[in-house]
Amino acid sequence: ISVRCSAFPWFGMDIGGTLVKLVYFEPKDITAEEEQEEVENLKSIRRYLTSNTAYGKTGIRDVHLELQDLTLCGRTGNLHFIRFPTHDLPAFLQMGRNKHFSSLHTTLCATGGGAYKFESDFRTMADLQLHKLDELDCLIRGVLYIDSVVSGGPSECYYFENPTDPDRCIQKPYTLENPYPLLLVNIGSGVSILAVYSESNYKRVTGTSLGGGTFLGLCCLLTGCSTFEEALEMASQGESTRVDKLVRDIYGGDYERFGLPGWAVASSFGNMMSKEKRESVSKEDLARATLVTITNNIGSITRMCALNENIERVVFVGNFLRVNTLSMKLLAYAMDYWSKGQLKALFLQHEGYFGAVGALLELLHPS
Amino acid sequence: MAECVRLDSSTSSHTMDKSITLPPDEIFRNLENAKRFAIDIGGSLTKLAYYSTVQHKVAKVRSFDHATKAASDKLYEISVQEEVTARLHFIKFENAYIETCLDFIKDHLVNTDTKVIKATGGGAHKFKELIERKLGLKVDKEDEMTCLIKGCNFVLRNIPHEAFVYAKHADSEFRFQTTQPDIFPYLLVNIGSGVSIVKVESEDKFERIGGSSIGGGTFWGLGALLTKTKRFDELLQLASKGQHTSVDMLVKDIYGGSYGSLGLTGDLIASSFGKSATADKEFSKEDMAKSLLHMISNDIGQLACLYAKLHNLSRVYFGGFFIRGHPVTMHTITYSINFFTKGEVQALFLRHEGYLGAIGAFLKGAEEDNPNQYSWGENYAGSSGLMSVSPDMNPMQRARSGTFDMLEMDRLERQLVNLPLLQDPSSYIPDTMDLTEDALAREYWLYCFEEALDGVVKRAVASQPDMPEAAQRAEKFRQKYRHKLQTLRQQPFAYGSLTVRSLLDTREHCLNEFNFPDPYSKIKQKENDMALKYYQKAVKSLEELSWEQRQFALVRVELMAFISCEHPDNSGVDIILGVMPFVRELLSRGTEVVLASNSGPALNDVTNGELQILTERIAAMDPVIQAGLREDRLMLVQSGSSSPCLDLSRLDKVLAMVVRERQTDLVIIEGMGRAIHTNYYAMLSCESLKMAVIKNSWLADRLGGKLFSVVFKYEVPAGKPSQHSAALSPL
Repeated sequence: ISVRCSAFPWFGMDIGGTLVKLVYFEPKDITAEEEQEEVENLKSIRRYLTSNTAYGKTGIRDVHLELQDLTLCGRTGNLHFIRFPTHDLPAFLQMGRNKHFSSLHTTLCATGGGAYKFESDFRTMADLQLHKLDELDCLIRGVLYIDSVVSGGPSECYYFENPTDPDRCIQKPYTLENPYPLLLVNIGSGVSILAVYSESNYKRVTGTSLGGGTFLGLCCLLTGCSTFEEALEMASQGESTRVDKLVRDIYGGDYERFGLPGWAVASSFGNMMSKEKRESVSKEDLARATLVTITNNIGSITRMCALNENIERVVFVGNFLRVNTLSMKLLAYAMDYWSKGQLKALFLQHEGYFGAVGALLELLHPS
Repeated sequence: MAECVRLDSSTSSHTMDKSITLPPDEIFRNLENAKRFAIDIGGSLTKLAYYSTVQHKVAKVRSFDHATKAASDKLYEISVQEEVTARLHFIKFENAYIETCLDFIKDHLVNTDTKVIKATGGGAHKFKELIERKLGLKVDKEDEMTCLIKGCNFVLRNIPHEAFVYAKHADSEFRFQTTQPDIFPYLLVNIGSGVSIVKVESEDKFERIGGSSIGGGTFWGLGALLTKTKRFDELLQLASKGQHTSVDMLVKDIYGGSYGSLGLTGDLIASSFGKSATADKEFSKEDMAKSLLHMISNDIGQLACLYAKLHNLSRVYFGGFFIRGHPVTMHTITYSINFFTKGEVQALFLRHEGYLGAIGAFLKGAEEDNPNQYSWGENYAGSSGLMSVSPDMNPMQRARSGTFDMLEMDRLERQLVNLPLLQDPSSYIPDTMDLTEDALAREYWLYCFEEALDGVVKRAVASQPDMPEAAQRAEKFRQKYRHKLQTLRQQPFAYGSLTVRSLLDTREHCLNEFNFPDPYSKIKQKENDMALKYYQKAVKSLEELSWEQRQFALVRVELMAFISCEHPDNSGVDIILGVMPFVRELLSRGTEVVLASNSGPALNDVTNGELQILTERIAAMDPVIQAGLREDRLMLVQSGSSSPCLDLSRLDKVLAMVVRERQTDLVIIEGMGRAIHTNYYAMLSCESLKMAVIKNSWLADRLGGKLFSVVFKYEVPAGKPSQHSAALSPL
């Protein structure tokens, strides 16, 4: 069966504006015969990737996402999920050059804007030819594939039960059996919103430039932090209501005439118009307000798209949601509250890796 | 998630500046008769509204009692009478002047029975105590959104060219919209500290369908944090000098170029502030402010489009302090709407957007006067015009501070409606030439009106020989109108599209303001008297001609009348020897004739009052006219206009009714003002005839003819069986 498949190594790559996402399939069913024939380069790459969880200063393998005993193209093995910042791509290419990656004559399937932007760098720096793929095609393919193959362990798809009650809000598995139509919201540096009617029938409804990059960018400027993790950590300790102006700050309570609850944000960063209040807020408060502002805005636009497209299920993906339970719960809340329970927010465990998975699938099953 | 309020006043610090002295005559006018006060206090500006009655001199004509032969050489007598008209005053000033203004009002408010002042706006509660103490009036708070919508409906209905499209790179940045016969439904996107999106379906039915917390407050608050710049205006100025591309991650930063398969161009912003997350460098204040401005404008535009689409609305107006008079934000919002709707929806802005809340609050308080049952008109003499205090347009003026912006609206004596015979009322544009867009024509006409000013001043003085202070008033008129012309040179968009009509109307308003209601009354009287003497002779000689000869002669006489008149149109020789024989001919053929003339004086145009008397006199010596009147086949009706030009979308309701009832099938419009400067391109649903003599060589050139060429434009609406002919021929 494996004859039809591409030769090892099997990679799928998604080069985004902020992060490079890499999936690597590690075959576990290598026969003794294969092992003998396997060139040293290939072995060393496999060993390097599977025996480490961090690469260089910034590369990280998300071990908790690893999918084991996966059968792909007749081969059994583990799927690994690795990421590093896009600005470290030159170091990655240098490594590829040092490890003579190009001698393996493999096709490197890549998606994301970087596949286009860095195509010539791949060629000149690492002697590698990229097979460029559309990022939205890959994204959808990846989502549908991962959801279909994950069985054991935590469910791939989940939602939050009781999203409007913080004490009773818990994560629950969800079965995406009959997923169409669905709204797929990919929150990377920016945001793309897709209406998906089948694996091959989808459209990009809209997008917004207020995404993960905006959160991190503003946090860096406002608090002096430098990483996503740092920004999230600060946000978790802050209080956005000191920064934002709420409906109750203006009306003393609910604005009943228009059904606006007092706790709703009337003006994001609205309190910061006042000098005294600017001087009294902490960096943590600012980080939290930035997170809440960006997240709620994505929620609003998503909700409007769901209404316009007449779709009730929304799947949020993208690396903005990585280790970001705050935003996920906010989105779950916003979808539920403003739609009066009509809309359901769904999330996926492998939030940022679907594009890369889709690229890998393209390598194995060219569409 | 969002709200509608303007800024809480605590956000901008104001020091009560009591040292300023107001030029009272100029600003709080007619306080003696003022009543029904309303106030809208925003984050930095206060808008005050009140109603006053204005005593005006009006020229009235009265027929002499001809039984007593005493004054037989004169047809009628002219008397100048005092008339009281209603006026709405709206004044906008910085919050810092509230106390001084309240003091001034208190000092000048006499014998008012006003007990309550309607208040709205975020700052209303903060100043409640001050207002109550200073004015001794009870502050009655009105819902902000309700006021806003009421005000919006009012200006959309009563002020022509209220709404405009803003295009930064076009010849003229402002493209004014014609008044729609039906203003509903529309979407109002109010960008205060947050954003409210309101769907308005009728006068009383509106709904806040959504909003966003990312609004003007976000720009201001976040901008202040990022740039350490405190003032909103300064932030906008920073933004206008910045480059967002150094802060934002563009599509080309990710793709190296465009994302072709989705049609996303390389310059599109993929991630706002995306570069400040990855690059370890300092960003300039200007660049960050610009990036923030784009982020917020795009976001608001996107949401507005999503709501417009969901509710199937195509008219979207933007307002709120984020927009107010700022070309920078109007530009970015326009860009965003264009992008997200692919040009299908245009962002609309309002000339008097800043006044909506105050107008609405005023209307709430004036419900018993029922202002909505009247038609109102913007008084160009008493209104400042668009961008009179815009920081971007006029930084010097802004720096001086204490600038007051004003809007005055006069209650029109008659209710104005569309001519029922307009082919498509929603696309009807009265004016032939838009001087806002035609720089050459603008230059020429502004020059013309300035040149003519001396003559107008002289005539104004001459019209009131027994009033010694007339010369002084005339001088004031001269200054006022000259100042208006200078303003229009700089800001042709100040009162909507600049047209020959608006220049003429502004002059009439200024003349009225200084109590020169009808500078031509005496001249008209003399001419009418003269012409009347020749009426019978003219009719007799016409009757001696054959039918065909007579038709030519009639047209010739009518047109001769135009030129033999010293001044444009419609009085003396023109009306008596031109129009009346023509009417007579129509009547004797059995045709019913509705003769419409101005309600109020404008230049030497005959007014309805004068025409009534003239017609009576003619009827006394002409049995055809007499029979026409008696049998109700000749009707004299007011047009509702007091302008040398004619706006067929603002005509007296009675005239419209008569036109409908009598099933009028031919409309004749005559004179330069009514048939050339306006209505030359007007499309009617019945046959129409537009006649004029071009008495201006520049215009003749423009139209491709010679001075004193005759325009005789006969049109039949498409689908009706008759040949179309339009002619521009020398006489």
